[in-house]
Amino acid sequence: MSGVLDVLAARPVVVVCGAGGVGKTTVAAAIAVGLARRGRRVCVVTVDPARRLAGALGIDSPSDVPVEVRGQWAGSMHAVQLHASSTFDALIDRHASNDAQAESIRRNPLYRSLASALGGTQEYMAMERLYELDATDAYDVVVVDTPPTRNALELLDAPDRLLRFLEHRLVRGLLAPTRFSLRAASAATSTVLRGISAVVGGELVDDAVSFFQAFAGMQEGFADRAGAVKRLLAAPTTAYVLVTTPTADALEEASWFTAHLASRGVQPAAAVLNRCQPSFVDVDPESLPVATGILGSQLDVLRTLERAARHDTAMVAGIGPMFESAPVSTVLLATAPARDVEGLGEVADQLGA
Amino acid sequence: MDPVEFLRRSGVLFVAGKGGVGKSTTTAAISVLAARLGLRVLAVELEGRSELPRALGLEGELDWDEQVALDDPSGGSVTARRIRPDDALVEWLRARSLGAVVRRLRSSGALEVVSFAIPGIREVLVLGKLKALERSKEFDLIVVDAPATGHAITLLTSPAGLAAAARGGPVRRNAEEVVEMLSDAARCRVLLVTLPRELAVDETIEAAFEVEDRAGVALSEVVVNQYRTPDPALARALSAEEASSLTGEVADAVEAARQFEAAREDVERCEVARLAATLPLPQLALPALDAPRIGPAQVEELATALRDCIEAMDAVA
Repeated sequence: MSGVLDVLAARPVVVVCGAGGVGKTTVAAAIAVGLARRGRRVCVVTVDPARRLAGALGIDSPSDVPVEVRGQWAGSMHAVQLHASSTFDALIDRHASNDAQAESIRRNPLYRSLASALGGTQEYMAMERLYELDATDAYDVVVVDTPPTRNALELLDAPDRLLRFLEHRLVRGLLAPTRFSLRAASAATSTVLRGISAVVGGELVDDAVSFFQAFAGMQEGFADRAGAVKRLLAAPTTAYVLVTTPTADALEEASWFTAHLASRGVQPAAAVLNRCQPSFVDVDPESLPVATGILGSQLDVLRTLERAARHDTAMVAGIGPMFESAPVSTVLLATAPARDVEGLGEVADQLGA
Repeated sequence: MDPVEFLRRSGVLFVAGKGGVGKSTTTAAISVLAARLGLRVLAVELEGRSELPRALGLEGELDWDEQVALDDPSGGSVTARRIRPDDALVEWLRARSLGAVVRRLRSSGALEVVSFAIPGIREVLVLGKLKALERSKEFDLIVVDAPATGHAITLLTSPAGLAAAARGGPVRRNAEEVVEMLSDAARCRVLLVTLPRELAVDETIEAAFEVEDRAGVALSEVVVNQYRTPDPALARALSAEEASSLTGEVADAVEAARQFEAAREDVERCEVARLAATLPLPQLALPALDAPRIGPAQVEELATALRDCIEAMDAVA
């Protein structure tokens, strides 16, 4: 049977998704190590790695430049930590027609909060960064770890949300390539703006209007880009890896997500069942002896762990059909998290490397 | 410390933490404990699909309309609802006789554009509703199941940003009143929930500084969820004599399991110690439960554990 790494071996884009706290970042980094061992030139985009893992990868602080991770492999591995607002800055620079335009956008009081605080921005920026790295020839494969969202679909919807926003007639009115004041805006637009002014105050609306005016001429570049990101996410070569843990809640979330992916015609290429309890003996836990004292206590510990191991094994069998032909790899629970390249290598071993 | 006194320190308690640490469970446990002690509690969910309704024993999802989850003979109760920005905006506009604006915004689809274009407005609307509920004194305690850390920080910092960006208008007043509530420890606090694991502890430490320094909201305790009390029986390997009744295979497995659990306990102990050393906040430990999922029975158990922890805090202080 093929493992997770086998089905990912020839893919140009790997998106690692799952609920918060299931170990996406570690699995994404381990996939990168596994693919580098198979000779691929890999770049992994992480969102919020644990400090020691970030240290091991050499990406302690967010930076836009991928850092090389050295290790024993035939290919190469780079890592980059996502920084939503600097990615946004880069996006503005790219699409602005000149420095003055970029500067006037950055000076707008709304820009900073828009760039860093807006719900959905981080999700979109992760996908934007993925697109950018995929477009360079420097890497054979880009592995992206996704931001923690309660609703993992937000990620896939991010380009659409931006497109809907840019295509809204209110925004189009504001972005019309003529310099105009609030008064000169089209009648329909200004009716809406008056309504908004009543609520939020005129100055804020003026700031918003000048913010969008500063964008004049850029919206097409933005929209084209969002469209391209959307196509990349839907491309048949893009592989989704679903990470989950063998708990009822996490599996329920995974099955919900899988169903919604399916409704968009996307199927996970592979699944990883993370943090499964290892078994220490091939004996039915119910037939283990019962005793008193320290012997009894230690037998109880073994019995509890063996029961958990059997429960997790049954879970693997149970979720198999959910993913149809996609391979499911299990990663055993470690007493301490992977915090160096060697630790990631051990996880990669379990993914079929 | 007296649990009622503990629970009445502020009218609003935000339960925040990394995804998957048990925020909804903790929210439910605090709510149930407070209700059992005679307080009228409102448990609030901000995003859909949380475990809160299930933990409170409610069928289906929560909505804008309140649902009573628990009525205690003491007079205490738990009411649950969801507060979403769109509903809050509609209510807020209607209350100001701006119903026409609602219709206009809705028909033009501009509501989405407004909330995209004016950062912080969604958050201020939600917090504004919480503030109104707090002011109404209809409840003794409002427990909020906050979104995952990053989003929670955005939630708590954006009112100040909006108050600064909006130079006038009713939204600015609303934002200012929200900031006033957030920065008053007698009205509002943040309770952080974490697990005894490296990543969760890292994020909790970072979040604690952000909540106090950037958002200016007072921190309450830290809940260490799924905490396992160290088992003294794991301290040493069995002697040959003690293991004499076991087959070689089982004896090896017992020792492997002991080492596995002891190492895990060790990691957990180190993480809890690191948390205590970095964050000078009292810790409340909630036990790891041997249940496939959290329902009302587990929540009652956790509420009792929580009460014991709070009472023990007195002994320490």
